[in-house]
Amino acid sequence: MSNYPKPDRAALVEIYRRADLIKQNDEKVIREIKAGRLVTPYYSPRGQEIIPSALSASLTDEDYICTIYRGTHDMLAKGFPLPELWGELAGRVTGSCKGKGGTMHLTYPAKGMMVTTGIVGSSLPIATGLAWAAQLEGKGRVSVAYFGDGAANIGAFHESLNMAGLWKLPAIFVCQNNLYSEHTTFADSTAVERLSQRAAGYGMPGVTVDGNDPEAMFGAAKMAIERARAGEGPTLIEALTYRFNGHVMGDADRYMDKAEKAEAIAADPVPRLRQRLLDAGVAEDEIAGIERANAEAIAAAVEAAYAADLPDVAELKRDVFAHEIA
Amino acid sequence: MSETITETKPVTMIQALNMALADAMAEDDRVLVLGEDVGDKQEGGIVGVTKGLSSQFGTGRVKATPISEQAILGAAIGASLAGYKPVAEIMLMNFTTVAMDMIVNHAAKLRFMSGGQTHVPIVIRTMTGAGFGTGGQHGDYFEAWFAHVAGIKVVAPSNPADGYGLMRAAIEDPDPVLFIENMPSYWTPGPAPERGSRVEIGKARIARAGSDVTLVTYSRATNDCLAAAEALAADGIQAEVIDLRTIAPWDRAAVFASVEKTGRAVIVHEAVREHGVGAEIAAELSDAFFGKLKAPVKRIGAAFCPVPFSKPLETAFVPQAAGIEATVRGIL
Repeated sequence: MSNYPKPDRAALVEIYRRADLIKQNDEKVIREIKAGRLVTPYYSPRGQEIIPSALSASLTDEDYICTIYRGTHDMLAKGFPLPELWGELAGRVTGSCKGKGGTMHLTYPAKGMMVTTGIVGSSLPIATGLAWAAQLEGKGRVSVAYFGDGAANIGAFHESLNMAGLWKLPAIFVCQNNLYSEHTTFADSTAVERLSQRAAGYGMPGVTVDGNDPEAMFGAAKMAIERARAGEGPTLIEALTYRFNGHVMGDADRYMDKAEKAEAIAADPVPRLRQRLLDAGVAEDEIAGIERANAEAIAAAVEAAYAADLPDVAELKRDVFAHEIA
Repeated sequence: MSETITETKPVTMIQALNMALADAMAEDDRVLVLGEDVGDKQEGGIVGVTKGLSSQFGTGRVKATPISEQAILGAAIGASLAGYKPVAEIMLMNFTTVAMDMIVNHAAKLRFMSGGQTHVPIVIRTMTGAGFGTGGQHGDYFEAWFAHVAGIKVVAPSNPADGYGLMRAAIEDPDPVLFIENMPSYWTPGPAPERGSRVEIGKARIARAGSDVTLVTYSRATNDCLAAAEALAADGIQAEVIDLRTIAPWDRAAVFASVEKTGRAVIVHEAVREHGVGAEIAAELSDAFFGKLKAPVKRIGAAFCPVPFSKPLETAFVPQAAGIEATVRGIL
């Protein structure tokens, strides 16, 4: 991994800006749910912030991503606008999906965020199709499929990686291995030690990186993205991370090892990156300014969402088909 | 293949669909074809519907795939989200069962779940039908499953000309369309389609006019209904045969207008009767015509068992003209 491209100071600051936004946004969602102001199932991405923040540094708005129900971090990292995010979480007409998709179906095609699926594994076949379109179009776009370690054990993973490897599609398969598929540990559900080993079976490079290390994640992602843009085919990245808040909000986490969890939280990647920036000479004021701007943007989005209208029931007949149902 | 067909000679469903795909691909670069064996290297599909396409339009736009139904439909969905119009072949309708997630949870729902930001203009071609001794996993009609899902249209042509026109319309449709082709009648010639014609999705056809009873049907069963109507006509019984052509959304106006006239309805399909499309139509008819019908609405479908192998069983499994005729006589 010593040959990986390294993020410069500006890129590291930008990764931190995104990671802090995701962290603060997550904390706000949880506070709002606990206060009863927000009613939604919620799959917290807390602990996994660095992966999409570092990867998105090498993406443009033209590039596609497909992600899963635990995907607000992937979306925010790629630039999902906060007002449309909060409008959607709150089920308001101002939501990106007009309140018809919700937390598990965030979509914002204007910036390449094509699908959020609630079905484990289903981000992969569709991201593969977007990669096929990108290959046909020939303009150097790439397509990223985000998924968890649980999805690596469903058939869609196998079919998608084989097809992408066979057709040399510009796809990046990013497994955010948080060591749990729902309540079952990675070791109890997976026959290999490292998911990246499976890449060999699909004729593509596979790499395991510390997804919580911004430099390693940035480098691995940039290599894979550049390879895809150059027409050299797909890459499987296994990004090791940890899920701080269990599977779904309200989950009591009793199946998680307490010491393991405490250790992961003690190594929280977001404050760790903050310290790294300080050590590299970034001024405390600059970092605090980023955090303040993130907090203000979130607060404004939340207030705007609550003030917005709820959808009219006539929406039940719209967007089922292109033409409204009579 | 399409180059050798004149427009006046009868054509088979295979030829009509081949013409429709070739014409659509020639007109619009965004139209793609993918599926198992669809390229000319693989003989242009298991029965030849896609023959010639990869030679004419290239293997970039006509993609022979691995046997990976989820990935085939995922590829089609993804490409459609990016602006293409893929026609994906799931060789047999029974094989949709291994890709239901892509059809039901994604193709059908992405438009709604995204609040209209995205849509999935794909066609899923699939063939089925009993008659070849293929047994329990190669010949089921599962159209009711898909008609039950909001967001996907379901069409099933009964003849080559409709096959051509419905395929052209399905490719242009902004929503996903499941396109059901009957396997045993693939080689039955019929009047040639007019090149460039479209059959509007959601519009039925009066296949035969009549005044005594309405037979509502689609796909291959249309031929059995027409044969039954012919036999009944010998006794002066005039059956009107409505070929739905589109199962979802079905043409209520056409069916209601006919039943208004005849006062009797029999719904005939090759899918098993229980929980089938016929149940939905019968319920709608009883709602619209309660107290006005001259006889109870009848439904005819395949026997409630897996498609059997042995010839006498297979023949008895599928609705036949004689059974349709007897049912009509029973309600007159």
